[in-house]
Amino acid sequence: MGSEFVALGLTPILIAAFASMACALPGNFLVLRKQALIGDAISHVVLPGIVVAYLLTGKLSTWPMMIGAAGAAVTSVILIEMIKRLGQIEYGAAMGVVFTAMFAAGVLLLEQSDTSRVHLDVEHALFGNLETLIWLQSDGWASFLRFEDLAQLPPQFVRMFMVLLITSAFTYVFWRPLVLISFDEAYARTIGARATIIGFLLVVLATMAAVAAFDAVGSIIVIAMILCPPATARLLTNDIKTQVLLSLFLALSATLVGYITAGYLPLWLGFSNTLSAAGMIATVSGLLLAISAIYGRHRNRIT
Amino acid sequence: MLGDALSLSLGYNATLVTLGATLLGAAAGMAGTFLYLRKNALISDAISHATLPGLGIAFLIAVAFGWDGRQLAILLGGSALSAALGLYFVNWLTRETRLTQDTAIGCILSVSFAFGVVLFTIIQVLPAGRKAGLESFLLGSTAGMLYSDALLILVLSIITALVLVVFLRPIKLVTFDASYSETLGISVRRVDFIILTLTLAVTVLGMKIVGLILIVALLIIPAVSARFWSEKTDIILITSTAFGALSGYIGSAISAVSAGLPTGPIIVLCAFGFFLISFLFAPKRGVLAVALKHYQFQKTVHLTQGLLSLALRQSIYEPKTRRLLQRFGYIRADGVVTEVGKSLAAKTLLNEKRWSYWQETLRESDQFDGQVVFSLMDIETKLTQDQILLIDQGLAARKGKKL
Amino acid sequence: MMSGIALVSDKGVLLNAAADDRNAPFTIRGLTVSYGQVPAVYSIDFTAPAGSLIGILGPNGAGKSTLLKAAMGIVPVVSGQVSFFGKPLKEARYQVAYVPQRASVDWDFPATVYDVVLMGLYPILGLLRRVSKADKAKVAESLAKVGMQDFADRQIGQLSGGQQQRVFLARALTQRADVFLLDEPFSGVDAATETAIISVLKILQLEGKTVIAVHHDLSTVSTYFDHLFLLNRKAVAYGSVTKVFTKDNLVTAYGGKLGAAQLDAIGL
Repeated sequence: MGSEFVALGLTPILIAAFASMACALPGNFLVLRKQALIGDAISHVVLPGIVVAYLLTGKLSTWPMMIGAAGAAVTSVILIEMIKRLGQIEYGAAMGVVFTAMFAAGVLLLEQSDTSRVHLDVEHALFGNLETLIWLQSDGWASFLRFEDLAQLPPQFVRMFMVLLITSAFTYVFWRPLVLISFDEAYARTIGARATIIGFLLVVLATMAAVAAFDAVGSIIVIAMILCPPATARLLTNDIKTQVLLSLFLALSATLVGYITAGYLPLWLGFSNTLSAAGMIATVSGLLLAISAIYGRHRNRIT
Repeated sequence: MLGDALSLSLGYNATLVTLGATLLGAAAGMAGTFLYLRKNALISDAISHATLPGLGIAFLIAVAFGWDGRQLAILLGGSALSAALGLYFVNWLTRETRLTQDTAIGCILSVSFAFGVVLFTIIQVLPAGRKAGLESFLLGSTAGMLYSDALLILVLSIITALVLVVFLRPIKLVTFDASYSETLGISVRRVDFIILTLTLAVTVLGMKIVGLILIVALLIIPAVSARFWSEKTDIILITSTAFGALSGYIGSAISAVSAGLPTGPIIVLCAFGFFLISFLFAPKRGVLAVALKHYQFQKTVHLTQGLLSLALRQSIYEPKTRRLLQRFGYIRADGVVTEVGKSLAAKTLLNEKRWSYWQETLRESDQFDGQVVFSLMDIETKLTQDQILLIDQGLAARKGKKL
Repeated sequence: MMSGIALVSDKGVLLNAAADDRNAPFTIRGLTVSYGQVPAVYSIDFTAPAGSLIGILGPNGAGKSTLLKAAMGIVPVVSGQVSFFGKPLKEARYQVAYVPQRASVDWDFPATVYDVVLMGLYPILGLLRRVSKADKAKVAESLAKVGMQDFADRQIGQLSGGQQQRVFLARALTQRADVFLLDEPFSGVDAATETAIISVLKILQLEGKTVIAVHHDLSTVSTYFDHLFLLNRKAVAYGSVTKVFTKDNLVTAYGGKLGAAQLDAIGL
């Protein structure tokens, strides 16, 4: 593994790994709370958020886009909750109404805006551009020790790392109430665990991970990484701590295997083109789920 | 211009697309109603995303055999197969493992979509792949649609709608009462299978017009909107079908006459427009109606309880009750009961006593069931004069006994 | 009928809350809860004296569970006030323990019996405080009280229905509360569990705690409880079991749903 790998391969792999793990962490609780599809909704409304941010600022810079995406995600979550409660509509259906309508509005705005000059397109939003997140300034592992080289790391690298730190810290600090509201929300309320706020923060956290990850790796990998590693881990253990740690390990493994399969395997086999790394990572995470669904020690429901 | 489109006079293709979209909307509205009533709405999301790998594989196979990979029939066939497979996996995961349905849906939709994207990166480098135009299935595109494509969609939409009509009775029975229909010998599993197959057909057909991401909207939004207007399956079904058809019709007509407006999003936003109207203004379940009724109900409860306390000379603890009593002029700011208040309090107490007596002695089993709290109703409007006379005699006799 | 003495002066001035039941362990005044336009419970007044063991009885859909949920602030109320020791729930939270219906949670959750019972210590543990030996002892003690000491490491999904119910009770016991509200604690449990639970509740009563349990089995009412609250959306009767558990009251509460045979079976 030489300098070329550090410059071209290492940063995309690490960014994808950070993204996968940052998504998997809140995903564990979403799966247990039967809110799995919140991830689906969030990743669909990222597009309108970005388009609106672009229309408002006229620029395609990172922060307005991230804020726009996060704003759209939070808006969608609030709208879903509103429609569910006020209209007495079941959760899944309310979700379906909100995220499809917002996605449609996003596509429409996108087509109306001047997109020829900007690199804002639906495919980018869906597939990401993991392969372009390279670290050209690096000339090998030693670059990690040189400040001027580190400063040239892709901005996604630092951002994704920060998001992983934040999600980890949140999960650690709020572990008890998170477990409480996932198991027995009504009881959690009576014991003063602030179920509503914690539940909302969990969704905000998932949104943050999804938005940051979306910018780096596209929205498909986001849904897959929120759900697949936790679902896989769920079939392998009956202990929630083990489940969360296992889901991180699975997210990491899927990233490594997926990236290598997409980026190197075709070349080793003599083909000249690589495959979509984000797509392959998500595909591998699906394969891991399939294996645990067939062979997992705790695959069966026990009650 | 829009008039031309709405009256179907914009040429063959536009007319076929409009007709196809209308029929598609109607079929989606119908299938969606059943999905929604079976609490299965979001399974359509898994179905639609799971079409993508099939699309890619169908294209690759076609190219390998030297056919034109862009043949719509081939692509739709491949999509249908892979969507069916995705659906099978969702059901398998839910049935055979401890994962809940929402998790299964999310996993299958994301993984199959991702796998589809991997296939697309293969297709893109093929000589035939550069102009494959498979991206158009993501968001739908009616521009550059062939006459034969439009015709295919139209014919298949008609077939889907017909199948729905044929199986309408058993489907309706199952969505209304699954356990009852089992006793009639209708297999719930089979009916669910039919509903999901129809959903699959609608999804695959809708891909070219509204795109695979937005077809979900047509399956969910009209059904949810229709739910606001009625409690009866028949009326929900008709309303949902109408909403779906109108969205398809108006949406495709609008996009036919305005160059920049993509068909799919416009159709979906039309459907959402119907949703908003239903959500806010539907007479019984609409948000405004419910809020108004709730406000009035709350007022009635507070006033009745307050007046009763006044009559029984009990203290009133709740500030809101006091505020309301004051606003209606039943008590003064210093808490003294007004004349109006006194007479109304007496009337409330009488009403309460009459109802209790009637409930204890005269009620015929389940009369007025579902409205168990009688105190909030004026007895004189609910029972006949004779009945009330009977109650009053009973009350008087009871009072005599006590003395 | 059971609310405080009316404190209205002759001029009809509405005075503040009556003094008598102000500091009772558990007081409900004028409580109405509704789902939609039909009240689930209507205008409930209720005061639980300290050291009482109260059964709430009524037909299906009478609003028994709703009453407890409203008291615990889990469902919104249309009108009315709830207080514990004269304080609103917010200020008395740690003095009140709630045992939800067993079926309200998914038992296929990755947790052990110990994990669930430890949840009762959340008010003490907060976010990050480590679980001390004393905390562990409290969990063990609660488990022993319900006869589940050997099951601490057992996965909760592997328990029988009765064992699950005992775990829920143990969780409430670790809270060391003064008022216990239990929603259908005897529903779908085995005979051994039923005995274990009622003896725990009776011990709590002896310790001066106030225990209120939603109940549906007419045949055990007299042996289990000392107070009975008969409910059918409205309060039907409330008082000592001997006074309230009468045929007339039951017929009023249950309407036609109670057959003569059932009444005979319980000797009324």
